[in-house]
Amino acid sequence: MDLILLSRNLSLPKIMKFDTSGLESTASVFGTAGNELVDGFSAAPAFELPTTTDFDGFQKEAVQMVKPAKGTTTLAFIFKDGVIVAADSRASMGGYISSQSVKKIIEINPYMLGTMAGGAADCQFWHRNLGIKCRLHELTNKRRISVTGASKLLANILFSYRGMGLSVGTMIAGWDETGPGLYYVDSEGGRLKGTRFSVGSGSPYAYGVLDSGYRADMSIEEAAELGRRAIYHATFRDGASGGVASVYYVGPDGWKKLSGDDVSELHYKYYPVVSTEAPEPDRMVEA
Amino acid sequence: MECVFGLVGSDFVIVVADASAVNSILVHKTNEDKIMKLDSHKLIAASGESGDRVQFTEFIQKNVALYHFRNGIPLTTAAAANFTRGELATALRKNPYMVNILLAGFDRETGPSLYYIDYIATLHKVDKGAFGYGSFFCLSMMDRHYHSGMSVEEAVELVDKCIMEIRSRLVVAPPNFVIKIIDRDGAREYAWRESVKDTPAAQPEGLAV
Repeated sequence: MDLILLSRNLSLPKIMKFDTSGLESTASVFGTAGNELVDGFSAAPAFELPTTTDFDGFQKEAVQMVKPAKGTTTLAFIFKDGVIVAADSRASMGGYISSQSVKKIIEINPYMLGTMAGGAADCQFWHRNLGIKCRLHELTNKRRISVTGASKLLANILFSYRGMGLSVGTMIAGWDETGPGLYYVDSEGGRLKGTRFSVGSGSPYAYGVLDSGYRADMSIEEAAELGRRAIYHATFRDGASGGVASVYYVGPDGWKKLSGDDVSELHYKYYPVVSTEAPEPDRMVEA
Repeated sequence: MECVFGLVGSDFVIVVADASAVNSILVHKTNEDKIMKLDSHKLIAASGESGDRVQFTEFIQKNVALYHFRNGIPLTTAAAANFTRGELATALRKNPYMVNILLAGFDRETGPSLYYIDYIATLHKVDKGAFGYGSFFCLSMMDRHYHSGMSVEEAVELVDKCIMEIRSRLVVAPPNFVIKIIDRDGAREYAWRESVKDTPAAQPEGLAV
């Protein structure tokens, strides 16, 4: 822009130059403070851009910061007939899918289930250990341990290893004398009693479907379908979740595996390809 | 985002805590009770890391109960507060507990009292105190409207004003709060202030937690 003005003032022969002033951004990279006076008159109203040269990287970093770290999707909820527990089956190591067939629902004993999110070894080992402790409780006390007790045992163990790098985000679901029970336990030592939980990087997506479709008076089939659908939608949006959506039901007689469906098959079941007849191309008319 | 605050009235103490259990951007539940009963006339309202909060307050609760069993008389509020502070201080340079506590109690001889104990084992006996982002809004409101010897109605009115202020001014304000009160007759739940209700499951909540 300046060069063109210069040439006019000094009456130099007009240099044919592309006028690129329309493409110049009015917002400066180094900060917009102090530019208000200059831009106020000449420019259209402009919004401030974040002061970074790599906006895409900045945005990606922000998303990664808030996304839950454990690469999986697991969920569990209580309804009138018991507890539904559902999970995906993908194991990822960074960007590499190491397995599509991981068992993320762990059978602690015939009436209690645990879900796996975080470190696979940590979850498997400590759930197995919990199963041992539950059995010992049964033998010493001549009665089954409650879900409250089992989750507290696990939470206390994880709390004692706090800060040492265990990565466990699990839900303990079961049926005991007081009815259905569901607890969320994690490696920071947190333990929450609740009626609906989802854990893992796909959990925000699963929560959306789960919360909007939940009714306390669902039948077992409806509840299983809700769990399956929520896992499917999470695997669709989250790269670290996928494989097979397993659904378990815990009732008064213990747990029962209801289904294990490949999520890509579920995709075509929920959203079948509708064949559209390609319209006849217009014939070229001879001029 | 956790808000805990409380104040001392004429012959009672009132404590309020938010009810959200949060993990980064995810809200796990909105009806978590963060005010634990220490004994018949003492409450401990805690905010901080989820594991530490429950484990530490339960540890204090069991030790207070142990003293009662061993000695036949309950601890005074001051003694319980000093014990709590001592435990936080001992752990501070090894394995610190990231919990902020408001310990409230009613003693037959000395009446109501409130103790402010933060995560680095500071201990103050106060008339009003607050923790968390909510404290930025509550503290000045309580300073303005508090006077010693408030009645229950006046105190609850002030508490509701504080909750309204937090709800309207804090960017990620917790939707639900629980209010508990201690007076001559003991510690009990006074009310919930809910703006988001969790869809109830058909089953009633189990007795033991």
